[in-house]
Amino acid sequence: MKTKMTPLSKLYVALIMIFLYAPIVVMIVFSFNSTASTSVIGGFSLRWYKSLLHDEGTMQALANTLILAVSSSLFATVMGTAAAVGINTFRNKRVKQLTMGVTNIPMMNPEIVTGISMMLLFVFCANLIGKSDALGFGTMLIAHITFNLPYVILSVLPKLRQLDKYLPEAAMDLGCTPVQAFFKVILPSISTGIFSGLMMSFTLSLDDFVISYFTQGPSFETLPIRIFSMTKKRVTPDMYALSTLIFIAILVLLVLINVAQAKGDKKMNNKLNKGGKK
Amino acid sequence: MNKKSLTAKLTASPYMVWSAIFIVVPLIFVLVYSLTDSQGNFTLDYVLDIGKYKDVMLNSIWLGFIATVISLVIAYPLAYIMARTTANVQRTMMILVMLPMWMNLLIRTYSMMIIMQDTGIINTVLSNIGLPKIHMINTEAAVVLGMVYNYIPYMILPLYSIMSKMDHNLIEAAEDLGANKFTVLKNVILPLSLPGIASGFTMVFVPSVSTFYISKKLGGNTFSLIGDVIEMQFKSANNYNLGAALSLVLMVLIIICMMVMNRFTGDDDDGGVLI
Repeated sequence: MKTKMTPLSKLYVALIMIFLYAPIVVMIVFSFNSTASTSVIGGFSLRWYKSLLHDEGTMQALANTLILAVSSSLFATVMGTAAAVGINTFRNKRVKQLTMGVTNIPMMNPEIVTGISMMLLFVFCANLIGKSDALGFGTMLIAHITFNLPYVILSVLPKLRQLDKYLPEAAMDLGCTPVQAFFKVILPSISTGIFSGLMMSFTLSLDDFVISYFTQGPSFETLPIRIFSMTKKRVTPDMYALSTLIFIAILVLLVLINVAQAKGDKKMNNKLNKGGKK
Repeated sequence: MNKKSLTAKLTASPYMVWSAIFIVVPLIFVLVYSLTDSQGNFTLDYVLDIGKYKDVMLNSIWLGFIATVISLVIAYPLAYIMARTTANVQRTMMILVMLPMWMNLLIRTYSMMIIMQDTGIINTVLSNIGLPKIHMINTEAAVVLGMVYNYIPYMILPLYSIMSKMDHNLIEAAEDLGANKFTVLKNVILPLSLPGIASGFTMVFVPSVSTFYISKKLGGNTFSLIGDVIEMQFKSANNYNLGAALSLVLMVLIIICMMVMNRFTGDDDDGGVLI
């Protein structure tokens, strides 16, 4: 059933990987280039990594991006988890459908429409209170929380459905208060869903450009926004250096997660095999 | 209903208020802006103005559609190969497919521009080995290539996820009963993978049609897509009303395309799978 790849499929996979990675390899190569040119390779150097450390604007943008991603994903995870717990108890089919329909909107709508719709709201409110510089961290935070929420809700809800609904009742019969039942019984069993919702929100927020672009103000610049304003003219190679560092960090993280998972699978298999032998 | 389930229900209320204010109300704003002028008076001018942008709209949908079909054609065999290989190789390939998605789209697109420029890497290599240069940048083909490059992981992942769940015995049964490879593909594999195709299609088509960055960088100023026109209304022309009207039309067009798509793939209640 599970087979090794034939030479033809290996070739096919290789070609697609070359296609996917060529631009990334180009970026990594030019981050080590000794000149600022993007067509001639002058020699190996770390000068762009050094200049990155002294580029205050980029460092500030990186810090801003992280602050925004952490705060919006945490906020969205708490509100989204609470929402999922509530939605799961809805008995009225219409209310449930309506809520899920609204939840799906930010995922289905083109990002540019989500972005401009929020921009219209923010600009309108800013005009109402007579503040012209209302766009900034606050509006971006609201926008990021809003597009993160559906991902949290949709990763927590399936876990809640799998949960045996008599478990919390049993806990309460045995003397737990509803709050205790939630934290001792429900929360541990949905924690994987909450965690994947949190991770998804964090990465979405980290990488978002389009929605940020329409809800940002000059007072708060994130990394994607900074890259965008740079690409209007020329991207300096220190941006490549930063992207290369981010690439390596993500690669290491993904490999670590996978090694952990593979170990977990192996343990599980061993246990199953032992069980079978008995 | 007793008290404790009422409390449970109430936990959803902050979200419901939030989504009403920040999802529903902004969409109402889009509708209101597209039906009023800058003074706030009712007018149909902007909606009727859309006719001027008919070509841009159709071109965006056409290019987005081509990019989506190319992604599907490339991704389908890859997802099939991935789903049938050993667990360790599957894991590695998943990382390799997902990794580019975590890199900033702007940087990757800019990198593509460097590769395809007239003085870029491909052309430098070509002229070094004595071949004529190819003009690639600032063409529609370059924009389509950019869309395929940026969004193809969104096609691979849902296809892979549905194919890895596929019951392989069905394929073997079909082969045992005398079906050749093509018949198996047409009558067994393809119908079983339709939900994956549908969600991959949506996930590539929607961002491709509405992109403004890829067309700006790889298409130059030779032509614009609907995303470019909308972006311009909000960021430089300051014509929010026209921008809102165009967004409204874009939204409606995408909904229509999705409905047509669902008709082809057989509408299921789940609305496809998410990754």
